[in-house]
Amino acid sequence: MSAPRPHRPRRPHRSRAVGPFAAAALLVVLGTTGCATGIGADDGAGADVDFGASPSPGGTLQVMGFGTGDEIGEVRHDRATEALGTEVKLSEGALDPQAFLSAAAAGNPPDLVYAERDQIGTFASRGAILPLSACVDEQGIDTDAFVDPALAEVTFGDELYGIPEFNMVQITMASADLLADEGLSLADVDGSDPDAVLAATEAMTRRDGGKLSVIGVDSKLPEFLPLWAKGRGADLLSDDGRTAQLDDSAVVEALEQAVAVYDAQGGFPDVKTYRDSADFFGAGNQFATGQLGAMAMEQWYVNVLNESSPDAPLAFGPVKGPDGDVHAFATGSAWAIPVGAADPAAACAYAARMTETEAWAEAAQVRADARAADGLVFTGVLTGNEEADAQIRDTLVPADPPAPWDDAIDAMYAANDHTFTLPANPAGAEFETAWQDGVNRVLNGQQEPAAAMAQAQEEAQSALDEAWATWDEQQ
Amino acid sequence: MGRTAVTTARPSARARRERTAGLAFISPWILGFLVFTAWPIFYSGYLSLTDYDVLTDPSFVGLDNYERMVDDPQVRLALWNTLQYTLLQVPLYVLVALALALLLHQAGRASGFFRTAFFIPKMTPPVAVGVLLLLLFNGEYGLVNEALGTIGIDGPSWTTDPDWIKPGLALVSLWSVGAAVVILLAALQDVPVELYDAARVDGAGWWRRTRTVTIPMISGALFFVTVVNTIAAFQMFTEAYSAYFGAGNSTYSNDAALFYVIYLFREGFAELHMGYASALAWLLFAVIMVVTAVQLLVSRRLVYYEGEQR
Repeated sequence: MSAPRPHRPRRPHRSRAVGPFAAAALLVVLGTTGCATGIGADDGAGADVDFGASPSPGGTLQVMGFGTGDEIGEVRHDRATEALGTEVKLSEGALDPQAFLSAAAAGNPPDLVYAERDQIGTFASRGAILPLSACVDEQGIDTDAFVDPALAEVTFGDELYGIPEFNMVQITMASADLLADEGLSLADVDGSDPDAVLAATEAMTRRDGGKLSVIGVDSKLPEFLPLWAKGRGADLLSDDGRTAQLDDSAVVEALEQAVAVYDAQGGFPDVKTYRDSADFFGAGNQFATGQLGAMAMEQWYVNVLNESSPDAPLAFGPVKGPDGDVHAFATGSAWAIPVGAADPAAACAYAARMTETEAWAEAAQVRADARAADGLVFTGVLTGNEEADAQIRDTLVPADPPAPWDDAIDAMYAANDHTFTLPANPAGAEFETAWQDGVNRVLNGQQEPAAAMAQAQEEAQSALDEAWATWDEQQ
Repeated sequence: MGRTAVTTARPSARARRERTAGLAFISPWILGFLVFTAWPIFYSGYLSLTDYDVLTDPSFVGLDNYERMVDDPQVRLALWNTLQYTLLQVPLYVLVALALALLLHQAGRASGFFRTAFFIPKMTPPVAVGVLLLLLFNGEYGLVNEALGTIGIDGPSWTTDPDWIKPGLALVSLWSVGAAVVILLAALQDVPVELYDAARVDGAGWWRRTRTVTIPMISGALFFVTVVNTIAAFQMFTEAYSAYFGAGNSTYSNDAALFYVIYLFREGFAELHMGYASALAWLLFAVIMVVTAVQLLVSRRLVYYEGEQR
């Protein structure tokens, strides 16, 4: 009789405790499942966006990832803002994809983002940005004027998702003195003859007390593997962006050759540590101090050299492959309009004004004037807009610039005419990580090129398959 | 009985008031904890059971993320790197902190100056420390190898040789050893002088006094420094990321520097596999919990707290 009694009063007590707990747990479950709401393809993104709408009176266009920085950005921004007649608020600094996507997921995206072109495929595949065909039509953007590979890089699933701008290309930069000392020419280091590059490396490399004192040739790995592979007719990714080609024999051969250049100088660690100790942007840069024989480098570095060491003994030319052709692995930026942007019409108009030929021409004029005032050579601007590039070269770039800057300008424009890009795909970051990690394993002495690229191929293809499967399911 | 009831009721009412006031005072912290710590912890647990890319709705995948971790070679590599670094860094850090604290304890009036001097580097942003690492430990022209060269030692390639990446990072972590020095110095100053006097009377030399008086008396502080630093070592990120994966090395990286949190960050914030990254975070949480529990168990035999009853 006495045994059950203590239990009875406890039941309601326990149920009182369990009740609030259960309610709290339910709230938490509902909260968590309802918290991470997404946006994207399910929302029919872009279907009903009116790119021709008038800007909201007193509205502000929020731009993420763009800063005016120099005259090229500032002049175009001022011009576009004036044309728009609305306030434009810039969130400067490189675009942080996570910050952008979080803002988009929270339903508070900026009106316009300024992204790396290789990010566009990922953003588009996740439904984060709007297709821009209607924007192009509405604003009369002449897409034929854009550099084709730049346009291809922002085209995903046959739809344009970005308005490209700028084109970064590589040219060969070399120390004229070191080449002359060894009886070499630019053709020995421009990539057209891999054996000659290796021989030139051995000839120009110097060691002092066991330490590297002159880097013969810097292959610029891992970043330029796509360039060296292209010279052998290979692309890291298939044209449709679905198949990795990292274990292609031509890619492996390109990697072996580029690594052999480092090995001829004591190995990549020696070259990298010496390179890291250099005054890259200053008057004591590697060419000015005779610490570097040759390397491939983006064209913007020509201006750095022109400003910091105008009298350094330099030689310039395009990068060539063993096939004898000029090649340049182009990178650049693009404007994209997020799904859920408050004022997509104003964003479209701003992007259109920023990338039109007249905007580039005006900005380039200001830069040319500024450089003339400083007694520096105006070496041109690669805008991603062929029409603007031609106009700037014809009207603003000096017809007969002093050596060696004349060769630099010629090489830059030659490279701009021979660019390639990696196709837009939904796993851009994963693909890049896979091939760069593979190259790094070779550089760090952990794997041989063939094994490293085989592993990279497996990782990259797995990421591509998963991302494309998700995309295909949504279609 | 009635009197007893009255006397017990008064403190109870007062205790309630004090409790209410106490809760009111700490409520901002409680609120902050619930919103910014407890909720994200719980929410990451939910996300770890989903496939979530930040933009599209999370889709429930059960334990798939945890199963994927088992097969992921990068997880094993990152865990192994992190464990190696922890085993290397924690003893080094604690020993150097102890040695410096013992030295400062002898410094008399000047100890205040040195205490500040040792603590100042702690103020340096970790990103800057990562960049500093690349300069100081440059295998060709870094100050560290230059110094080693003066005594005839040919220094290694600290920043590129996979075998020397972690020792380099462990050494550069000593940049912020001042924080631990301050804690240990405070503990040293609390050791009763009488104990040293008694030990001297018994003929104990410096080493004997340190081993049998100092270390046991500051073992609580040593344990605290060890536990906190172990957790920090398992969470190693900023210095390694800025040195080997950040702006200074946007394309070059080294597997030897792929620490667990760097891999987690890469999965979550670069490749937007937020569900998988959440599962990775929970594994790290479990590992740290186990290690800390083991440390607590061991501490029962080794750590002495003044005033404790056994």
